[in-house]
This record gives sequence, structure tokens and C-alpha cells, in this order.
Amino acid sequence: MLREIGRLIRRDLLTEDILRLTFIAPKIAAVADPGQFVMLRIGKSHDPLLRRPFSIHQTPGDNSIQLLIKVVGKGTQMLAEWSVGQDVDLVGPLGKGFRIEGPEPFCLVGGGMGIVPLLFLAKKVLQKFPLLRLPVFLGARSANELNFLAEGFNEPGVDLYIATDDGSLGSHGLITELLANQFGAKPGGLRVAACGPYPMLKSLAALCRRLDWPCEVSLETVMACGIGACLGCAVPKINQKGYAHICTDGPVFDAEDVRWR
Amino acid sequence: MAIIDEQLPDLQVNIGNLLLKNPVLTASGTFGYGREYQAYVNLSNLGGIVVKGISLEPRPGNLPPRIVETACGMLNAIGLENVGLKRFIAEKMPFLRDCGTQVLANILGDSVEEYCILAERLSEIDGLAGLEVNISCPNVKMGGVAFGTNPQMAYELIAALRGRSHLPLIVKLSPNVTDITKIAQAVADAGCDAVSLINTLLGMAIDIRSRRPRLANIVGGLSGPAIKPVALRMVWQVAKAVKIPVIGIGGISSAEDAIEFLLAGATAIQVGTANFVNPQVSVEIVAGISQYLQESGEANVRNIIGSLVIS
Ligand SMILES: Cc1cc2nc3c(=O)[nH]c(=O)nc-3n(C[C@H](O)[C@H](O)[C@H](O)COP(=O)(O)OP(=O)(O)OC[C@H]3O[C@@H](n4cnc5c(N)ncnc54)[C@H](O)[C@@H]3O)c2cc1C
Ligand SMILES: Cc1cc2nc3c(=O)[nH]c(=O)nc-3n(C[C@H](O)[C@H](O)[C@H](O)COP(=O)(O)O)c2cc1C
Ligand code: FES
Repeated sequence: MLREIGRLIRRDLLTEDILRLTFIAPKIAAVADPGQFVMLRIGKSHDPLLRRPFSIHQTPGDNSIQLLIKVVGKGTQMLAEWSVGQDVDLVGPLGKGFRIEGPEPFCLVGGGMGIVPLLFLAKKVLQKFPLLRLPVFLGARSANELNFLAEGFNEPGVDLYIATDDGSLGSHGLITELLANQFGAKPGGLRVAACGPYPMLKSLAALCRRLDWPCEVSLETVMACGIGACLGCAVPKINQKGYAHICTDGPVFDAEDVRWR
Repeated sequence: MAIIDEQLPDLQVNIGNLLLKNPVLTASGTFGYGREYQAYVNLSNLGGIVVKGISLEPRPGNLPPRIVETACGMLNAIGLENVGLKRFIAEKMPFLRDCGTQVLANILGDSVEEYCILAERLSEIDGLAGLEVNISCPNVKMGGVAFGTNPQMAYELIAALRGRSHLPLIVKLSPNVTDITKIAQAVADAGCDAVSLINTLLGMAIDIRSRRPRLANIVGGLSGPAIKPVALRMVWQVAKAVKIPVIGIGGISSAEDAIEFLLAGATAIQVGTANFVNPQVSVEIVAGISQYLQESGEANVRNIIGSLVIS
């Protein structure tokens, strides 16, 4: 948790609306865990005012952080116009990331932009347990999107499973269905770590509950502060009155602790 | 080697008997319970911290979405989510007591009785320098806002509180009134030590695709740079209308903004939404005020308070 002025050293436009930004930010890179995020200030002016949250995609060279950003609105549009050499005002690493424990059977599930934090997670898991086979399930709308999001997962140790909504790459259909087909009948069970659109996470949570697999999901919401001060990022808690806060209690939650709607 | 001992300007100000080492406080609801900013700010460099609004019982807050960004500002409808009096004292005070600056508790109740119990209990514990009485929250039904829009009710509440607490009482005013000076005069007559203003301006935003309000609460409080001119005007009017100190709040994001409020008559200021944008802004503002005083040859911040030149 610190504020660091980093520098943009690389900018790649992957598709017409997905960009990859690499920043030198040694202090944040040194302490970041998979699933954590940074709050990035878009500009010095008052509009857009608030920082924007982005997951850490990976920490190349251990002194930089890489983000993968989809242009969806005003702030991300402005980021798309940044140029190499520019300073960036970052706060991070923030939030509670994914649990990395045991060499027990583990599997990652990502959908769309939710794939972003999973590369960092896959690398850390394989670093810690070099002999592990790590199944990684990635889904996206089309081959065009998935090709870029899946870049980097060709690590030894990763078994990649791919599905697209339109069938242009991998199997045709939902990534949760592919997961159920591949592992649903296997004895022993799996531990799942996932990030993606809400409907995907919801059906994944239902699947894991049915199969009695532990499952962690990374949630999103609009944020103002990212550090637990504004209480704007509330999600209803299960079994308990009140709300959890995505920026400090999450973004990664046990799927059983989320009151799915 | 000769060391040039440059005389640093005196930044101390008084709010009633409350002495602040500098005029920069952090605004309620934007700085958590102080600890959230510990990693970013040396808290002892602040004039003070006003903690998140506290109610007698814990409150869960409103349904999400609770915040939405608007042009140069944001709307919030947090709904006074807070841990309640008991947990505040047990869990938050131990840290705050030793944080190196003055700590003020912001309190909110549904009735005069509730405000009084809060004030009494908080006056009994160690480590609080004052109470900020929120009679202006737009986001909860009872929200104290009834007290904040009716001068007679505001007078009665503060008069009752005055009898129940020895701590400096600051009354936080709502801008959602026709004439804010009337409320300010009423609470000053009732014996409070200072007024702070403004709380958020009631606002709204709509998603035109779904045709739904962007906040689950439909309406919310507008804060940030967008409200600064309104806040500044109100601070100027109130500072002329009452004899007690005025604390300026609203959109302050830089030392320049803060100095505008001091010139308009504020004895101190609070930094709110800007903490979200730059978690270190509060201490940068302290440094910036000091630098401004040096550059303008002022030895003392009190010299510039209310020194607006109108020809
Ligand atoms: C923990 C976390 C991690 C994230 N990681 C990534 C990431 O790795 N890559 C990436 O591209 N995006 C990520 N996001 C989403 C990203 O923060 C938003 O897309 C971004 O803030 C939009 O800014 P904008 O100014 O372009 O859009 P705005 O103009 O603010 O809004 C445009 C649209 O995007 C929606 N939106 C705004 N903020 C969010 C949000 N936080 N989550 C979901 N929808 C939002 C709005 O409702 C609106 O429909 C993450 C969000 C969170 C909370
Ligand atoms: C997210 C948020 C929560 C707030 N919570 C409180 C609160 O609990 N009590 C209170 O008196 N004011 C609260 N406020 C109002 C601020 O203290 C301040 O008066 C207002 O935001 C205007 O200042 P600013 O423009 O600098 O933010 C809150 C403001 C925001 C943005
Ligand atoms: S974003 Fe402010 S508390 Fe989570």
C-alpha cells in the first residue's frame, strides 16, 4: 500500500479496444500479489476526477507492472492516448488477492477481461510449485479477443482449455461448461480461482457448490478510494448483516461468502 | 557551515478552546478512521482528523451502487454505514488516541435524545478533541437533515447538546437550504463553538440506456471540485454572519483552494473527496499554505483569515 510515481515504458494496442501498458514501478512490483489491483490516476485535471482500478496482469522483470485495459469509457479512452515516457501516479498494490497454498489440485478460470489477473497468478503458482500441472480455463467472446488475452499462458506446466461464445477458437460455448465436462466427473476435486463477468462467476459458484469444490472469485465494482475509506464499494455479505467492501475485504472472495443475485 | 534558519510561518489556529497545529483537517467520511491513510500520510502533520459519522447503533448503509462520478465531482449515497458507538470506542479509538493529531468525532442521530447520548458517551472517553455534529446528511431518511434545515430545531438540538458535553462543539451545516446564515446564527446562539460547512449538495444522475438512476438510493450528495464555488460563497456569507469560527469544506483539492477559503473567512478547512484522488493531498496542502505565507511575507496564518479585499 503505497503511492508511487511510475513511468510508462511500453504501450501495446492489442485489439482496437484492448491495450497493454507496462509501467516501471519497482516499489509496487516488489510487493504485489496476484489478484491485487492498483488505483491509477488518469490525469492531473479534475475530469475524470477519481482514480480507476486495474488488476495487475504481471510484474515483468520484477521492477515493473503490466496492466491490460479495455476501453469502456472516458477514463480508459484517455489512457489509450498515453505515450511512452509519461509519468503515472499509482496507488497500490491494494486489496486481498488469491490464496496460493498447498500443491493440491488447483485450477484457474477466466472470462473476458477477467483473464487479466490470472496470468500473474499462474506464474506465481508455478514458481512456487514447479512440478504442478495447472489447468487454466479461458473464455472470451471470440478468437480475436482471446488470442491476446491468452498470450503468456504458454508456460510449461499450464494445461490450457479454451472456449469462445462464437466457437471461433477452442470449444463453442461457456467456459464453465467446458470445466464441468473436463473435470466434473473426476474424483478428488479441485480448488478453483476465477475472475470474469458476473454471470460467469455466478454459474461457476453454483457448479463448485454442487461439486463441493472450494472456489475463490474476484469481484468488480465502481470505486472511489480503493483503500477502505469511502465505503462506496459495498457488496452484501452472506449469513451476516451488512456489507463487505471490495477494495479491502476483496476483490477476491470465497464464492460461498458472496450473496449472488 | 552556516545553517540558514528560515523562520517557518506559524500555522496554529484556535477553534474555541481547541488548538490545531495547522488549519487543515480531513473531512468526515473521506478519511475512514485515520488508519486507512497511515500508509500514505504522517498523520501527525495534520491539523486534525474528523472521523466517519458515528451513530448510536451500527448502520449497514445503503444498497449499492453507492457512488457515481460526475463532472469534476462525485455523488455518494453511502447511508452512514458505520460501526456504531460501542465498536468505535473499542476498536477505533485506541489507534486514534496515539495518532499524533487532534481527533474529532462526527456524530449523527435520529432524535435529540440520540445525539445527546452520543455526545455524553464520547465526552467521557479519553482522546477526543471535539465533536462535529452532523445535522446535514442527505443520505439517510432521518439523517439529521431535519435538524439542519429548520433553525428552531437546530437551536434546540445544539442547546441540549451544549448542556451535555464539555468538548468543543462544531456544527456541520447543510447547503441544501435557502439561507444557510439563518441556521448558522441559530446554532451559534445555542452555544456551539464553531460551524463547519458545507456538507454535500443533493444531486442525481441517470443512466439513459436503462433509464434508471445511477445510485440505488436515487439521489446522493455531490462533492468534489464541482461544489467549491458554492461552498466558498456560503463560507464567506456565514463568516460575516456569525462571530464563532467557521471551518470551510467543499471541493478543496490544493493549497490554493484552501487559501481561498481562509481569505473568505474560514479559520480552518477540511479536505474531503480530494483524499480519494491523492491520498497525500492533505499534508501537501499544509506545506502549500506554509509556502504561500512565506512568499507573501506573512509570519502567521491568522493574519490572512478573512483578509479578502473588497474595494
Ligand atoms: C478490482 C478491479 C480490477 C479491475 N481490473 C481491470 C482490468 O484489469 N482491466 C480493465 O480493463 N478493467 C478493469 N477493471 C474495470 C475498470 O476499472 C473500469 O473499466 C474503468 O474504471 C472504467 O473507467 P472509464 O472512465 O473508462 O469508464 P467510465 O466512463 O467511468 O464508465 C464506463 C462504463 O464502465 C462501467 N464501469 C466503470 N467503472 C467500472 C468498474 N470498476 N467495474 C466495472 N465496470 C465499470 C460504467 O458503469 C460504465 O458503464 C477493474 C475494476 C476493479 C474494481
Ligand atoms: C463518500 C463520502 C462520505 C461522507 N460521509 C460523511 C459523514 O459520514 N458525515 C459527514 O458529516 N459528512 C460526510 N461526507 C461529507 C464530507 O465530509 C464533506 O462535507 C463533503 O464531501 C464536501 O467536501 P469535499 O467536496 O471536499 O468532499 C461524506 C462525503 C463523501 C464523499
Ligand atoms: S473504494 Fe472506497 S472503500 Fe472501497
